[in-house]
Amino acid sequence: MSNPFFNEDHESIREMARDFANKTLAPIAAEVDKTEHFPLEVAKQMADLGFLGLKIPEEYGGLGLDMRSYVCVMEEIARKCATATLFISSANSLSTAPIVISGTPEQKEKYLPGVVAGEEFIAFGLTEPNAGSDAASLTTKAVKDGDDYILNGRKCFITMAPMANYTIVYAKTDPEKGAKGITCFMVDMSLPGVSCGKHEEKMGQRGVPVSDVVLEDVRVSKDCVIGEVDLGFINAMKTLSVGRVGVASMCLGMAAEAIELAVEHTKNRVQFGKPLCKHQAIAFMLADMETKLNAARGLVYNAAWLMDNGVKADKEASMAKYFAAEAAIDIINKSLQLHGGYGYSREYAIERLYRDIRVCSIYEGSSQVQQIVISGQMLK
Amino acid sequence: MNILVCVKQVPDTTEIKIDPVKNTLIRDGVPSILNPFDGYALEAAARIKDKDPDAKIVAVTMGPPQAVAVLKECLAIAADKAYLVSGRTFGGSDTLATSYILSSAVKKIEETEGKFDAIFCGKQAIDGDTAQVGPEMAEHLGYPQVTYGLEAEVDGDGLKVIKEMEDGKAVMGVKFPCVVTFTKPAWDPRYPTIKRKMAANRAEIPTLDDTMFPEMDTTRIGLKGSPTHVKKTFVPQKKSGGVKIQEADNETGAKKLFELLSGASII
Ligand SMILES: Cc1cc2nc3c(=O)[nH]c(=O)nc-3n(C[C@H](O)[C@H](O)[C@H](O)COP(=O)(O)OP(=O)(O)OC[C@H]3O[C@@H](n4cnc5c(N)ncnc54)[C@H](O)[C@@H]3O)c2cc1C
Repeated sequence: MSNPFFNEDHESIREMARDFANKTLAPIAAEVDKTEHFPLEVAKQMADLGFLGLKIPEEYGGLGLDMRSYVCVMEEIARKCATATLFISSANSLSTAPIVISGTPEQKEKYLPGVVAGEEFIAFGLTEPNAGSDAASLTTKAVKDGDDYILNGRKCFITMAPMANYTIVYAKTDPEKGAKGITCFMVDMSLPGVSCGKHEEKMGQRGVPVSDVVLEDVRVSKDCVIGEVDLGFINAMKTLSVGRVGVASMCLGMAAEAIELAVEHTKNRVQFGKPLCKHQAIAFMLADMETKLNAARGLVYNAAWLMDNGVKADKEASMAKYFAAEAAIDIINKSLQLHGGYGYSREYAIERLYRDIRVCSIYEGSSQVQQIVISGQMLK
Repeated sequence: MNILVCVKQVPDTTEIKIDPVKNTLIRDGVPSILNPFDGYALEAAARIKDKDPDAKIVAVTMGPPQAVAVLKECLAIAADKAYLVSGRTFGGSDTLATSYILSSAVKKIEETEGKFDAIFCGKQAIDGDTAQVGPEMAEHLGYPQVTYGLEAEVDGDGLKVIKEMEDGKAVMGVKFPCVVTFTKPAWDPRYPTIKRKMAANRAEIPTLDDTMFPEMDTTRIGLKGSPTHVKKTFVPQKKSGGVKIQEADNETGAKKLFELLSGASII
């Protein structure tokens, strides 16, 4: 056994994901970044193999697997193509966790199988221009009108919105009550009054479009309410807790790849009469990178293990995401440094990793927001 | 439709190095994999099953107990059942003895799984590269055979096999029961799905050991039953890389070659 956190199934899922990443994703990753387009047939292939339904219950077409299976897949896929992990994290966490956590059986039946099959995409709309880290201050409104709700507002930075069939929208149903007056809605993107703004031109993770979602007098029926009215924010926070472990796993994969690239490069590149890695200053840098990565692994695997064992792990998930993201950014930065000028060239994979990793300390709760969660738990 | 796919666990030769002093393979730390050509055979069977979901695919390997790993891989990819053929007296078998044991195993497995219409093998294993076990099995069983298959399709009471030739392809018809060996087609074999992979992890894989073949002629198995004797293994001396002449047309190419050869005082 290579690791106390994983069993034989986890290991074989990891191996499959690695094989897929090496054979199918590695050859297309640079092109995906350059063209800002991820081939949908590859997303479909990931669905057919089971990657999009890992955590979705079996009765809705998924595999009903645990958090650690998800961690293994995210880690391995992220090594070769960060964009590909967005399809996996979206399907397994952001776009489905709200439904899995608090949807009705009818809603699960309606929305989950399409996502598992890679045929439908659901975006997650929480952030607004004036409500980022302070998500509870969102101002999108949902006003009751008979059996329907009328939605007005603007969401921003919504991953996959331009290609999504639905967006999960958090809106105020009782603005007086702050975080306790937010409701979660499933909004069909083809409804009148729904539009997407222009695609953001992003630094990294470029293969998936991100845009605003604008809601102008959008009428949705009360069947579109996910969970209880006014209790949507709790659902959002629970979803993000799962999501954070996913982002953290993605960070592990990218950092591991960066270390492998650094080892390879410093073994082969000769300066001052010997390979770079034979200079102790550089060997020690590699040692620091490897140590940091393994410390991050410990936090991430532990958070996932706790979740799999039914232990509340919000603090652990935040520590995992906080540490893994910061560690990975640092590791990848160092790896690029060790590549010298080559690392600055688009021809080398480390350049893309450097751009792809940067958002990981920003989205799904910035590092500072994780610090707020962690210290909040300590000081309550 | 009932297909048996014969597979072998081999060291990943892309990772293998040769001990320059002892002239033997350094197997330490080299991962074991499903012989790639057997993967193509399994994929060919899976493609038949895609069209005929009632088709059954059974995988078999002869090898040490740890060879179940490749059987699990076959189950994860496409096989419905798998059997391990393993026994101390089978050890050291060459291709002739191996194919004899496997042919006996075919009969034994047929007692449970029913008669096989087709037996698929890889054209060769990448560790020994002999390409003999498939054809020898056909001889032991008295079945017709097609080697170097690329694709196979059910056609009436037999198979239509597209076969690789040195200068093209041939389409062969072969009647059931038959043996077909496969080489690398234009496509990659499918990935296992997570669902199948996990089912494979839990699958029971029966072992057929040497006590289960009372009819077997024990003088034809194992080291004693193997007429092949390896005299010596060696690493051929590396030839230094040649010069490639690539000119706009043949005539300039020929002139360039002449200059080179005469310059080197060869002609
Ligand atoms: C590529 C990308 C994809 C995204 N996808 C989605 C999506 O699909 N759905 C979605 O809803 N959102 C999405 N987001 C939005 C993302 O979650 C927000 O950008 C993030 O929550 C931060 O909010 P903000 O950008 O408004 O920054 P701000 O909240 O304005 O923060 C700016 C800085 O101040 C810091 N800060 C803020 N408050 C405090 C405090 N109290 N103490 C200390 N520091 C603080 C932050 O950490 C940050 O460093 C995405 C963003 C990006 C870039």
